[in-house]
Amino acid sequence: MSFLEIHHVTKEYSGFKALDAVSMNIEQHSVYGLLGPNGAGKTTLIRIINCITAPDSGEILLDGKRLHAGDINRIGYLPEERGLYKKMKVGEQALYLAQLKGLSKHDAMERLKMWFEKFEIQAWWNKKVEELSKGMQQKVQFITTVLHEPELLIFDEPFSGFDPVNADLLKREMLALRDKGATIIFSTHNMESVEALCDDISLINKSQVVLQGNVHEIREQFRSHIYRVTIAGTEHADIARLPFEILASEQKNRNTELRIQSTGLSANECLKSIMETHSIVAFEELLPSMNEIFIQTVNG
Amino acid sequence: MNKIGIIIRREYTTRVAKKSFIIMTFLSPLLFAALIMVPLWLSGIKDNETKKIAIVDFTNEYGKVLKSDKQYVFVPVQERIQNIGNSQLKKDFYAVLLIKGDLVRDSTAATLYSEKQVGIELESTVSRQLSEYVENKKLDAYHVANIKQMVEKARTKIDVTTIKLDEKGNSKVTSSIVATIIGGLSTFLIYMFIFMYGVQVMRGVVEEKTNRIVEVIISSVKPFELMMGKIIGIALVGLTQFLLWIVLTLIISNIAGFALFGTSISNLQAGAQLQGASTSGAQQAMMTVFQGLQGINLVEIVSYFIFYFLGGYLLYASLFAAVGSAVDNETDTQQFMMPITIPILFAFYAAIYSIENPDGPLAFWCSIIPFTSPIVMMVRLPFDVPLWEKLLSVGLLVITFIGTTWLAGKIYRTGILMYGKKPSWKEMWKWLRYKN
Repeated sequence: MSFLEIHHVTKEYSGFKALDAVSMNIEQHSVYGLLGPNGAGKTTLIRIINCITAPDSGEILLDGKRLHAGDINRIGYLPEERGLYKKMKVGEQALYLAQLKGLSKHDAMERLKMWFEKFEIQAWWNKKVEELSKGMQQKVQFITTVLHEPELLIFDEPFSGFDPVNADLLKREMLALRDKGATIIFSTHNMESVEALCDDISLINKSQVVLQGNVHEIREQFRSHIYRVTIAGTEHADIARLPFEILASEQKNRNTELRIQSTGLSANECLKSIMETHSIVAFEELLPSMNEIFIQTVNG
Repeated sequence: MNKIGIIIRREYTTRVAKKSFIIMTFLSPLLFAALIMVPLWLSGIKDNETKKIAIVDFTNEYGKVLKSDKQYVFVPVQERIQNIGNSQLKKDFYAVLLIKGDLVRDSTAATLYSEKQVGIELESTVSRQLSEYVENKKLDAYHVANIKQMVEKARTKIDVTTIKLDEKGNSKVTSSIVATIIGGLSTFLIYMFIFMYGVQVMRGVVEEKTNRIVEVIISSVKPFELMMGKIIGIALVGLTQFLLWIVLTLIISNIAGFALFGTSISNLQAGAQLQGASTSGAQQAMMTVFQGLQGINLVEIVSYFIFYFLGGYLLYASLFAAVGSAVDNETDTQQFMMPITIPILFAFYAAIYSIENPDGPLAFWCSIIPFTSPIVMMVRLPFDVPLWEKLLSVGLLVITFIGTTWLAGKIYRTGILMYGKKPSWKEMWKWLRYKN
């Protein structure tokens, strides 16, 4: 049984289908990537999981039980369109948002202290939000999202607006939360972070799931038998005679780097045929990046 | 429910702590007090000068009887003329008291002449002092021991209350001027309250939307809870301000009254019941007001006032919230504000015309129709409104504000999550029909 099960969820807005029989299973303690172009229906799905809107049909099970409004205290949500009250003080505001998530004032205060120390931002407590930079505000938002220790965390484009240092901090915190037992849904256009963080993904296009599964398995599935071979020396007049197609050839230092694609031969057989005439420095299969898979799938 | 409480608290505390709120709250009563006190003070200025009254006394007996005080100085003069109208005396004195004969025998022998109408105080002062003197003199003439004490004991004052009866036989003492003032003032307050705080609700919603905090919040609470929390929180801010205004205005006008007239307003009010004491013109004016107030059922008026105050606000606040939710920034609100402001403005003008004719058809219909009733009904209430009209108006208002809140909630729920979409009436109509 998965932690979050989504069964045939459909949602329609006066004639426009935002989600069409979408199903997915999200395992506990995993990072689940929700991918798709703008307008595909990701945000609608996320809002349904957050009980902001209700599906027209289909059902969602959290921990085996049908999702209900009371579950929102078990969920932490960092929306793509996010912000804070500009005129309110940072501490007051964090306390307010925490209380709305059902924390008592006392608990919220203690946890906030802990997080403010961890991020070294205690000095901001009495500052007004408008005095903070956008990156600083994002840190506060991150804290308010995770403060009530939700079992399910949903991040919609979490890295937008973060500088690389803070983006890295955020990544580490996300993984730390997962290791502590949280399940994370992560929606982004940044495919590199998908490869780095996600265990499984769903790719939604035009309201339907078009690709789903383990990130590694998907990349294997999309393999096109392209290898990168580095051979010693720069003069190789005879490589054209090798029994596979050469996509690119580039001289690097005193070596030559080739990108080859073989449809008939296995990797071993390719290696064998190169070894007969050249000395090999490196050999590696090139799995397609999530970015390529994304573009290829969406453009269909 | 608990979460609505948290929202109400935030909406309330952040607004009450604002500088603009504090300034408004404390400056307005000064203004109100000035509006009440300045005219009274101006009318009081004349009273501070001493008025000299000449006494032309043919009997040479009563000139000494009248005692001068701060306000009136009685001066017995030597002239013995009956025709005061042509004498120099009327020019030299504020008034001339002519006593033609013995008052013991002829109680109508005293006459006050003046160029200007003399105040009721002067008349009563003269009459009281002379009556007392003549009374004592008559009693002395009986030569009975201790007669003064006996008479004093026997003296009984019967208070006869004057009461007007209305059709149903209920007693009522009315003053149409006071009723008009009360109606006009409460109408204006409700009109101001709906506008001021309705716009605050709208601004609050727009702020949440432009700050992009709204989605963060509705992942914790339902959109309807957020909307109601805001509306109720702001209503409490309005009530707080209103109550502070009343309390502060009373305090300030009492202090000012004490400084200006040497007595507090509440004493004046008490004085209004014990008539006859010598009072100034300003105090007399205050008495008229307080007597008029006693003729109006204040508890009923205040209860209705609070009901229409809140009912009107609730009806419009949710509409303001819906407008706020539909737009991306405050400048876009203009086109959607129109249909809300027009009925409010219309109601206000209808109320002004209804003041002159509180039982006319305009006043009647506008005090029944819920979009105008909170503003117009207040003008009519101090003049008796039949119970069924009141009940109909109240009932319709309650049904309508529940209805508008429900409709606005549907627009609000969808609107707050729409970004970068230029809203239109057609679009909003579509939102109304969205399922959850």
